[in-house]
Amino acid sequence: MELKNAMLELIRRASTDLSPDVEAALVQAYDREDEGTPAKSVFGTILENVKLAREASTPVCQDTGSVIMYIDFPVGHSEKVYKEAAEAAAMEATKLQYLRPNAVDPITGKNSGNNVGVNAPYLHFHQWDKDEVRVRLMLKGGGSENVGAQYKLPDTALKAGRDLKGVKKVVIDAVNKAQGQGCAPGIIGVGIGGDRVTSYALSKEQFFRKLGEPSANSDLAALEKELYEDLNKLNIGPMGFGGKTTCLGVNVAAQHRHPATFYVAISYTCWVYRRKQMIIKGSEVTYD
Amino acid sequence: MIKLTTPISEETARSLKVGDEVLLSGTIVTARDAAHKLMVEEKPDFPRPYMKDGVIYHCGPVVKKHEDGSYSFVAAGPTTSTREEPYQAAVCEEYSVRAVIGKGGMGPKTLEGLQKVGAVYLHAVGGAGTLIAKRCTKVETVFKLEEFGTPEAFWVIQVEDFPCVVTMDSHGNSLHKEIAAKSDEIAKELMGLK
Repeated sequence: MELKNAMLELIRRASTDLSPDVEAALVQAYDREDEGTPAKSVFGTILENVKLAREASTPVCQDTGSVIMYIDFPVGHSEKVYKEAAEAAAMEATKLQYLRPNAVDPITGKNSGNNVGVNAPYLHFHQWDKDEVRVRLMLKGGGSENVGAQYKLPDTALKAGRDLKGVKKVVIDAVNKAQGQGCAPGIIGVGIGGDRVTSYALSKEQFFRKLGEPSANSDLAALEKELYEDLNKLNIGPMGFGGKTTCLGVNVAAQHRHPATFYVAISYTCWVYRRKQMIIKGSEVTYD
Repeated sequence: MIKLTTPISEETARSLKVGDEVLLSGTIVTARDAAHKLMVEEKPDFPRPYMKDGVIYHCGPVVKKHEDGSYSFVAAGPTTSTREEPYQAAVCEEYSVRAVIGKGGMGPKTLEGLQKVGAVYLHAVGGAGTLIAKRCTKVETVFKLEEFGTPEAFWVIQVEDFPCVVTMDSHGNSLHKEIAAKSDEIAKELMGLK
């Protein structure tokens, strides 16, 4: 099954190697920290680990995350075909130790053992006008998922009102509360507006953007820059050991809200920032 | 750099201070969420021989099963420790544990437990899955694999020169407490709440 094999390769690449923009940001972070500090030593270990994982084709991190796929496909294609291929690829990837079995039944406590279960892998489908298929994969770690947060503005304790200044405050609060627990340095996805569900979804989708690529909206681009600078002043540092690098990037997006609500969702991903995509056009598959 | 080998005496554990860099060797046991809940609620005896003066590792590894039935670790970095905060102090006391390896640090209840028992918290580099797996030289045995699944099982392993930093000691010191106190102040300033 060709589609399954292409998805398996996508999973292997995501689990065992980081994208060039992420590795470059980690190298910059290493260079920025002072000699002889725990932060420098942590980044040294991180970079060595990334190299070892790539060479051995083994997972960068043992928490190989939840398997999340965004699939854009041409008119007339069947979602069922993609779902079956994704499940088969997840099973195979688990057998080959590219993935740890990470799907647990919350009622019985039983691990399915193969990463397949209810909403596992989690698939988002979108039909588009192009004659090619795009599969975007995210392997989202659980420790960093736990430090995500959703705020409802206004927030009295933080004196955060319903504007971008208020948004900035709650993002600082969330990252400060996370400390090193989400495997700092993190990448921060922020979703403004929408409802309870869509604000988190929007925040997480920001992880598909490249690091350092600003928002097309100039107000949000300015907010991203300010937040990136402020968050790195917190001195939480890698692993929460203290240091100059608390986050590697901040990506913000906004969507219309109901007049009564103003949600801000913050998704946090660890430095093992795993997302890759592939384009299938005819019989050709390209990975990025 | 301090070389530590299991079993670790109470005296050795008490001599360690926040900031000490450690290379750990010997036998250690992985235990995370389901394992800690079990150890507090049912106090099973099977972990005792490995945990007395021993080390618990908060880790859910990626494991390869070989054709002869033996296992090896493929990726094995630490998991977030704070989830074990409700259980850790009681587990350390019940099983006379001398060190807990994890990431992200733990809270006041564990810090008090470490003081009482004479134990330390060792921080490993989160996300360093492949690098740490190379220091896990042998899987001796495994408990609760079928019931808990691979990430949650008790894996008894041998490690060689496993790199860690003491971030919580038996004298009431915690690097995590210090860093959080400072960043709280900075955050307040950045939010205009000071």
